[in-house]
Amino acid sequence: MVVKISDNIVSPLGLTSEENYSAVKAGQSRLSRYEGKWNLPEPFVASLIDREKIQVDGHYTFFEQIVIKSASAAIAEAGIDPASPRVIFVLSTTKGNVYLLDNGITDFPDERVLLGVTADVVAKHFGNPNKPVVVSNACISGVCAQIVAMRLLERGAYDYAVVIGADMQSPFIVSGFQSFKALSPEQCKPFDASRRGLNLGEAAATMVLGAKETDGCWKLVRGAIRNDANHISGPSRVGEGSYRALKYVLGDCPADEIAFVNAHGTATMYNDEMESIAVERAGLLDVPVNSLKGYFGHTMGAAGVLESILSMRAIDDNTILPTRGFENLGVTHNVKVSNTIGHTEKKSFIKLLSGFGGCNAALLFRKEEQK
Amino acid sequence: MKHFVVLNDKSVMVDGVPMQLENQGMAMLNDVYRSKIGDYPKFFKMDALCKVGFVASELLLKAETDSEISQRKAHGTSSRAVLLFNRSGSLNADTKYQATIQEADNFFPSPAIFVYTLPNIVTGEIAIRNLYYGETNFIVLDCMDLHTIAEQIANAFQDSETESVLTGWVDCYDENHFEARMLIINRNEDILNELNKIKQ
Repeated sequence: MVVKISDNIVSPLGLTSEENYSAVKAGQSRLSRYEGKWNLPEPFVASLIDREKIQVDGHYTFFEQIVIKSASAAIAEAGIDPASPRVIFVLSTTKGNVYLLDNGITDFPDERVLLGVTADVVAKHFGNPNKPVVVSNACISGVCAQIVAMRLLERGAYDYAVVIGADMQSPFIVSGFQSFKALSPEQCKPFDASRRGLNLGEAAATMVLGAKETDGCWKLVRGAIRNDANHISGPSRVGEGSYRALKYVLGDCPADEIAFVNAHGTATMYNDEMESIAVERAGLLDVPVNSLKGYFGHTMGAAGVLESILSMRAIDDNTILPTRGFENLGVTHNVKVSNTIGHTEKKSFIKLLSGFGGCNAALLFRKEEQK
Repeated sequence: MKHFVVLNDKSVMVDGVPMQLENQGMAMLNDVYRSKIGDYPKFFKMDALCKVGFVASELLLKAETDSEISQRKAHGTSSRAVLLFNRSGSLNADTKYQATIQEADNFFPSPAIFVYTLPNIVTGEIAIRNLYYGETNFIVLDCMDLHTIAEQIANAFQDSETESVLTGWVDCYDENHFEARMLIINRNEDILNELNKIKQ
C-alpha cells in the first residue's frame, strides 16, 4: 500500500504545511486585486507569492525556486536520500516556465521553457539519477501525478516518489484566462449563487510517497482519471467523467465513511454546477463538500497536491474546512457546502478535480488507525 | 495483427507502409484528412499538435476497424485509455499565444489559441471523437525514453477498467516540425516489445 510520508506547501499563506493549514483554519487568504501588474491592461484578483520570500541558491527561475524550496522541505522531513536510484521525481505543472517565452526575458536558455527540461534541472538539483516524469494534464495534473506515483510504488518500480505540484502566474496565464472571461473581478465564491468566476493562484506543494506501512499513516487507497468525451474547454453537462471517477474510487466504500469531498470548486458557473451533478450521481449528496479556492485561488498544477495535503491535515484535526467565499447555494443539486468549520470523526475523504481537455480525476484517501 | 502509425512532417506510414503524398507539413496533414477521414470538420479548428495526434489516431483506428470488421472498439466505455507523451508540450500553441500578447500596443489575447496551450487537449480531442470515457493523461519527458514510456503504460493497466491503451509519442515543435508514433497496447501484452514497432 502507498502512504504519504511527508509533505510541504509553499504558498502566499506560508512556507510549511502547518503554516498553511493554520492560516486556512483561521479563514485567511492573500487573494488581492492587482491593477497595472505586469503591464496588463485589465486588473485581476490573484494569490501571488512574494518573490523576495523565496531564496534558493543557484541560477533557477522563480518556478524552479518554489519547486526546489517545497521539495527540499518535504524530502528533509521524510529523511530519504533523493539521490537514490530507488527514488523517482514526479512533477505536476501546467505551464512551468512559460513566462520565458516573453521576448524581453533572456536570462535563461530557450529550452528551459520545456517542462521535461525544467524537471530535469530540479531532479539534478537533488542529484537524482532517474528521468523525472512531468504530468501535464491541465488542472487535474496534481491528482494525476499522485496516481502515477502511486502505481509505480505499488508495482515496486521505486521505493519512494517525490510528487511536486507547482505553477507560477504570469501575463501569459492571466491574460489567457481573462480572454476566456473566466476570472472573477472579486474574491471567488465557490458553489455560490453569485459566483462570477475563478481567481488564479501560485503555490508549490510536495508529498513524499512510499510503499512502506507505518502506524497512523495516510494511505492513498484508489485513484481514477476519466474523460467526459464531450468538449475540450467546457465540462460535461451530466458530469460524466467526474461521476465515473468518483464511482471507481468509491468502489465498495460506503458513502457514510467519507468525511468530505474536497471538490475542485473553482467558482466558475459551469465547473461547480457540473460537480454538483457528479456528486449527486455518485450518491454523495449527504457527504459534506468543500472547496479551498477561496483561500489560494486556482493554483493549477499545484491544486491537486496542495488541496490533498490540507484535507489530510483537516482530518488529522477532526475538521471539515469551510468553503471561504460561499454564502448561498447556487448549483442544481443540494450539495452540502458550508462556510463554517465542521467537525468529523471520519477518516476518509475524496479529492476531486476536473480540467480542460474534458479530464477529471478523483483520489480516495484513508487514515489508518494507530495500532 | 498489431497496427501502428508513424508520421512526421514529410511522411506518413501505416503498418510500415508509406502513403503516397504530394505535400509536406500541415498541408500534407490536411490532404490526409481529406482523403482518409473527411467527416469531422472540427479538424480544421484544431491547433497543429491536435491535428498531428488526431490524424495519427484516425489512421490507427481505421486500420484496426478495417481488419476486424467491427465497430470502433471501446466506444462509449471506460475501457480504453489515451496516454500520450512528448518533449515540446504545447510549445507551438504557447508561442502563437505569446505573439498575441507580446506588444502592449498590439495586445489581442486570443481565447481560440489559448485553449490549445495545454498538451492534453489532444487526448481530449481523441476521447471526444471516439466517445472514450476512460483515463486520459499526457506526460512530458525531455526525450523519447522507451523505458519511462513503458513504465507509464504499465501504470495505466493498474486501473482495473483499462483494457487497452491508445498510446505513443506526439510532438509538435512547430508547424513544419512534428512527429507521431502511435499504437494500441492491450492488457497482458509485452509493452516494451510492442513499443519497438514504433521505435524506427
